[in-house]
Amino acid sequence: MEAQKFTNDNKPGNSDTQTFTFAYPPAELILESGEKLGPITLAYETYGKLNEQKSNAILILHALSGDAHAAGPDGWWENLIGPGKGIDTDRYFVVCSNVIGGCKGSTGPSSIDPRTGKPYGLSLPLISIRDIVETQKQLIEHLGIQKLLAVVGGSMGGMQVLQWMVSYPDKIRSAIPIATTLKHTPQQIAFNEVGRQAVMSDPDWRNGDYYAHAPPAKGLAVARMIGHITYMSDTSMTEKFGRKTRADKEPFKFSADYEVEGYLRYRGDNFVKRFDANSYLYLTKAIDNFNILNGYALGNVVRGLKAKVLVLAFKSDWLYPAYQSQEIVKACKLAGVDASYCEITSTYGHDSFLLETEQETPLIRDFLKSAENGNGNHT
Amino acid sequence: MTKQTHIIEHKVISSWISSEASVLDLGCGDGELLNLLIRNKQVHAQGVELSEQAIHNCVAAGLSVFQQDIDMGLTEYADKSVDYVILNQTLQQVKKPDFAIKEALRVGRKVIVGFPNFCYITSRFQIFFGGKVPVSPSLPYQWYDTPNLHFLSIADFKEYCKKNKITIEKTAFISKNRTVKFLPNLFGEVGLFLLSK
Repeated sequence: MEAQKFTNDNKPGNSDTQTFTFAYPPAELILESGEKLGPITLAYETYGKLNEQKSNAILILHALSGDAHAAGPDGWWENLIGPGKGIDTDRYFVVCSNVIGGCKGSTGPSSIDPRTGKPYGLSLPLISIRDIVETQKQLIEHLGIQKLLAVVGGSMGGMQVLQWMVSYPDKIRSAIPIATTLKHTPQQIAFNEVGRQAVMSDPDWRNGDYYAHAPPAKGLAVARMIGHITYMSDTSMTEKFGRKTRADKEPFKFSADYEVEGYLRYRGDNFVKRFDANSYLYLTKAIDNFNILNGYALGNVVRGLKAKVLVLAFKSDWLYPAYQSQEIVKACKLAGVDASYCEITSTYGHDSFLLETEQETPLIRDFLKSAENGNGNHT
Repeated sequence: MTKQTHIIEHKVISSWISSEASVLDLGCGDGELLNLLIRNKQVHAQGVELSEQAIHNCVAAGLSVFQQDIDMGLTEYADKSVDYVILNQTLQQVKKPDFAIKEALRVGRKVIVGFPNFCYITSRFQIFFGGKVPVSPSLPYQWYDTPNLHFLSIADFKEYCKKNKITIEKTAFISKNRTVKFLPNLFGEVGLFLLSK
């Protein structure tokens, strides 16, 4: 594998991306860990127009490797968000916020620490999903929005949705957590730990202080390969690759003979060019530490929430299995929160939440309409 | 089921439900009954349905609906947390009707059950004279392609309630476009029961 240098300037990949910087010392953000962080920059994009009542704003929350560029060409959810689409930007003001700890324009380990003039590296405090949501709340207020019509996200984005439901129940009118969980389970933590070990065992990782050198490309690529396996399914891999072998076989005994091997290597190598290894460590840790119950009984965690909730899961998703989404619905039902649940038929595994936009579209569009109308009968 | 039987069935159920009650419809389909109850009785409605397409339709109608197999139980609902649980035209299609009724009675303060009467007079004729399993408006399926797993009569259901100490608070029997008072197990095409325990 060729050592690709990750451009550690931590700039968003798209020119439409804006930034908002806040929490300047001495008013730093106190993180869940108790440590302080500031100033904090958040990268975000907006689509559509905020109406006069400021009542049509929807916050989109991305997954582990996502960024603020959700809609428009090459947007990670471009099939779902746009004019006339499931999340209609002719109708709604859509905000997609990047996460802190990442490497797509928001403050993360590859950002320059203003105190030292060097990248934070491992001196950045641990970030939690709650911290991520705290920064998003500041962004929303900065944009002049008092109450969001909806918060929508899948996987790690879904965790942020759940965190919004718990942290700011009065600031949202509806919530759509997709393919996510109330807490990470040992199996989910285990996969992430293998990924982190791959990064940290790469000699180029240098205890996280690699920004002046070549990044731990090999380790991060292996981590991404493991990740990709967990995002697909037995069926989708069989459909995509079968046992097809590659035409350009190398003479080496253990070359990537099968298409699936070539695909994983390609995905791994590609990821290294666009993602920071330390961000991978910080964000996987944030999702492993996620436990929205945090000592609460299941029936109490969203008690008092007035928002309508639509929970979506996918039948072939074995990384975030449907039972975890049903637990979210159960938490809502026990608390008397209005919740709907649909388990969408799909063979794509966890990736379904990004790929099955055709199935998600009618559900999300119709649900948003009823959230907009208030639907007092169904409170 | 004829459209008219259907309409009367929903009318009777609606008349049994108090205003602004909470209602959980098990096997709610496209949410037709729930929408009626919202309009007529301003109920707090929730549905449970297995079919993905039906879920789409319910969400489109603004209903709160949960995709689940009733045979898995209603674990997300606390005891007596709903005023009325409805099992209309559902019981004959679940794997474990006994379990479904008991779960409904655990979750609901009252339970409404509706099912096609297998011992309706035309069904009896079809078996007796035709020597064939009945196919009728309330039991419209051929034996080889039917969602109905259980066949019960109004008499069977009354006996079941007695045996399980379930109180039958109200009953209604419907045939075509009217309610039936005389010999319901013979002349009632559909039986409706309001239960409590």
